[in-house]
Amino acid sequence: MTQAHALARAPFDRTLLLVVPAAAFMLLLFIYPFLYGLGLSFEPKEGGALGNYSHFFTTDNLWPTIWTTLRLALPATLINVGLALPIAYKMRIKTRYQRWITTILVVPITLGTVLIAEGALTYFGPKGWLSQTLQLSHIYDGPIRLTHNYWGVLISLVISGFPFAFLLILSYITGIDPVLARAAATLGADPAAQFRHIYLPLLAPGLAMCFCLAFVQAFSVFPSAVLLGSPAGPTRVISIAAYEAAFEQYDYSLASAIAMIMGFVQLLIVAAVLGLRNLFYRGPVVGGKG
Amino acid sequence: MNPGVRAWLDRAWRGLLLGTMTLFVVNVALMIAAVATSSFARRWLGTWFPEGWTTNWYTAAWKEFQLDSVLWVTVEVVFAVVLLALVIGVPAAYTLARRNFLGKRALMLLFLLPLMVPPITYGIPLATVLYKAQLAGTIYGVILANLIPAAPFVILVMTPFIEQIDPNLESAARVFGANTARMFWHVLVPLLAPGILAASLLVLVRTIALFELTFLTAGPDSQTLVVALYYAVFAAGVRAPQSVDAMAMIYMIVTLVWLLIALRFVNPTQLVSRVKEQPLTA
Amino acid sequence: MKHDFQALRLDAVTRRFAGAGGKAFNALQELTLTIKRGEFIALLGPSGCGKSTALNCIAGLLPLSGGSIWLDATRIDTLPPEKRGFGMVFQNYALFPHMSVERNVGFGLRMRGAAGSEIARRVGRALKLVQLIGQEHKLPGQLSGGQQQRVAIARAIVIEPPLILMDEPLSNLDAKLRLETRSEIRRIHRELGRSTVYVTHDQDEALSLADRIVVMKDGVVQQIASPQEVYGEPANLAVARFMGYRNVLDMAIEAQNGDRVTLAAGNIRLIGARKQALVGERASVAIRPEEIALGEGPGGENTIAGHVDNVEYCGRDSLIDVMTPSGTRLHVRAPTHIALGESVHVHVPVERALVYADESA
Repeated sequence: MTQAHALARAPFDRTLLLVVPAAAFMLLLFIYPFLYGLGLSFEPKEGGALGNYSHFFTTDNLWPTIWTTLRLALPATLINVGLALPIAYKMRIKTRYQRWITTILVVPITLGTVLIAEGALTYFGPKGWLSQTLQLSHIYDGPIRLTHNYWGVLISLVISGFPFAFLLILSYITGIDPVLARAAATLGADPAAQFRHIYLPLLAPGLAMCFCLAFVQAFSVFPSAVLLGSPAGPTRVISIAAYEAAFEQYDYSLASAIAMIMGFVQLLIVAAVLGLRNLFYRGPVVGGKG
Repeated sequence: MNPGVRAWLDRAWRGLLLGTMTLFVVNVALMIAAVATSSFARRWLGTWFPEGWTTNWYTAAWKEFQLDSVLWVTVEVVFAVVLLALVIGVPAAYTLARRNFLGKRALMLLFLLPLMVPPITYGIPLATVLYKAQLAGTIYGVILANLIPAAPFVILVMTPFIEQIDPNLESAARVFGANTARMFWHVLVPLLAPGILAASLLVLVRTIALFELTFLTAGPDSQTLVVALYYAVFAAGVRAPQSVDAMAMIYMIVTLVWLLIALRFVNPTQLVSRVKEQPLTA
Repeated sequence: MKHDFQALRLDAVTRRFAGAGGKAFNALQELTLTIKRGEFIALLGPSGCGKSTALNCIAGLLPLSGGSIWLDATRIDTLPPEKRGFGMVFQNYALFPHMSVERNVGFGLRMRGAAGSEIARRVGRALKLVQLIGQEHKLPGQLSGGQQQRVAIARAIVIEPPLILMDEPLSNLDAKLRLETRSEIRRIHRELGRSTVYVTHDQDEALSLADRIVVMKDGVVQQIASPQEVYGEPANLAVARFMGYRNVLDMAIEAQNGDRVTLAAGNIRLIGARKQALVGERASVAIRPEEIALGEGPGGENTIAGHVDNVEYCGRDSLIDVMTPSGTRLHVRAPTHIALGESVHVHVPVERALVYADESA
């Protein structure tokens, strides 16, 4: 066991102490509450240890919230990532406009979910500018209902999520050495083939990461679902259920159980995406040794 | 493929992209414009433009929602979070960038997890714990809650930044006789300054906008702007929508100013955490 | 895409870039060159001389600002790189990091829609040519620098291009590997009989590899000639300096007789061979250190006296500095027994003292 011996004899590296405050902080305020909540979820007000979970999955206004949330979060994430990928790919080439366009596309990040909800109520509402314009130009004459329903929440998720997905993908794309695409071109790959054979596989890990982070945002949708959706019906998402349990019924045990279920579904999706990602190559994105 | 057809497809594709981008930007801009118009409107009911203009809603919102105290709380919370996140995060990022040790991957996971889990998931148990510790409802509770995503964010932004600084510079400082503290102060801090500035501005913008955690842990006296805004909208109907719009405008301007400052110093692509992959091959 | 050609013709190829302050500068100015089938051309010059720009223009990676490129009777400078069908070896190799060696090398064939069995056969042959059998399934990140380099070469030659472009392919290798790979490149070129354009800043590489060398400086061609000619008869002072004429003396013209010029500076008198039309009263003499002989010349002509001011030991011989009484420093190759401070005479052969127009003129 020469290795263990060498480890024992090596002087302690004090630099490692620098990571201790951060680690302690995370353990105390992230891991501990999480475990506490997990424990709490098994101590329901009534029933056995699994009482909260059986309650959740047998109550009609609780368990469907999972599907309601997924029905919003998955399309929103797919739209955001699907739109962001081609636009960011187009923006990868440095031009005079690149910085301007990225800045304009970033601005909606500052809006925050509440302002988007408020703005959408005014603008996309039945008497807002959008429906007035559509009706005036006779593009669509029927009543336009984009607020207080599923579509309102979806719109707000796209507005708040797209800039984020765009920036993340852009930073991944600009990290890929453009000389690889040039090398592919000299070997006979046209622009479409360059994207398919070079950029897409190298981007796959980044796309998976982006999908996960964008999905977290959409999955935890709360303010816009309340303000812009119909929180009693088609946009009763799981975070509303958790909030009601905690702050309207003061049942922290049930609220924790719902939070745990939420985290579990989220991690299931993340694990599935990351698992898919591992089918692709992951590693350095520059060719050869720099 | 026929070159003519290909050129046409190429143009169509570019047009489609440009169209989508324009559609997005125009609608968002009009949405903001609608809020702005409404906030200055005397009365605006289903017409193209309001019947008259006024700035009264701003003064009304200011008084009604006690914006002076809300803004002050926001400033306190945001700056405390930025400062503490830097103090906790930068040293940790330094260690992660410079050392390899047992459990480094687990530690990276620990720092990545809060960004990968919806805030509500850990926010509700956290609020429960904070209530037991009698910190919930106070400004300290709000600061602690906001630090949970902020500190890992600093770590994730700073680690690649520190990695790209040549370790030989530190060695050189040591060879020329600087001890750890002097090396840190004279060599590392000046080199890290741009990264620290970027990270703090990003944390600042994100903390102003972070709704869920503040919402779950704040009491009536420790609301930040975004939560106050939520309650204002939630309780709409009682109040004129224009005063809510006025408040939303104040919120947007506060965030926008900081974002524009951030964009002067930071490449937009750094605005979101650049999660660095650990390459499998050396 | 053609698989063979008689001549690739560059006609006044020019490339401008936006420089500092929005002013355009010519990175490459009116390069005119005809590359014959099977020829090995080296583009040689210091960094920033436009040689890589020229290569990228031929490859189609940079659009031209002026001029044209012709493959026999076909104009190709308007074609995108993927339609030109040239093979290219990049400076940092640009291997696709997510593909195995086999897939990297086969990429060009797949893009051409070749059949699987055909791809396997040709990739195998190319890997055999660069001696990489047994590494087929490794990723580029698992290979050494020299192996990556050979993958890059295999990837370029497997498509059997009529022309192979190489951009400083040896610059990332250590000295020993560089020599080995250099011979390898020459061998592969001979075996395939294809044309090669090779960009380098190293005159040894250019001299040992090329059939013809194009010397460039500041985007302008200085000389196009055989290695022997570029080495022995540089067209101007810039080329001479670059080719290792380390002694450049600024002297006054005393007399001209045919292409023989008599020059003087201080107490030095030299007769040299004129290589350029001279204007004014001054001229520059360029002499290689290894062409200066120790000892007096016949009749004392072209002999310079001085003392040894510096000695660099080089193994087989030494590189010494001889300081003349009037303060001129000469670099001279000398036997290793010469010691610091010794008084010596050196002799410059008339044919090897090359006289060029004065630089300041």
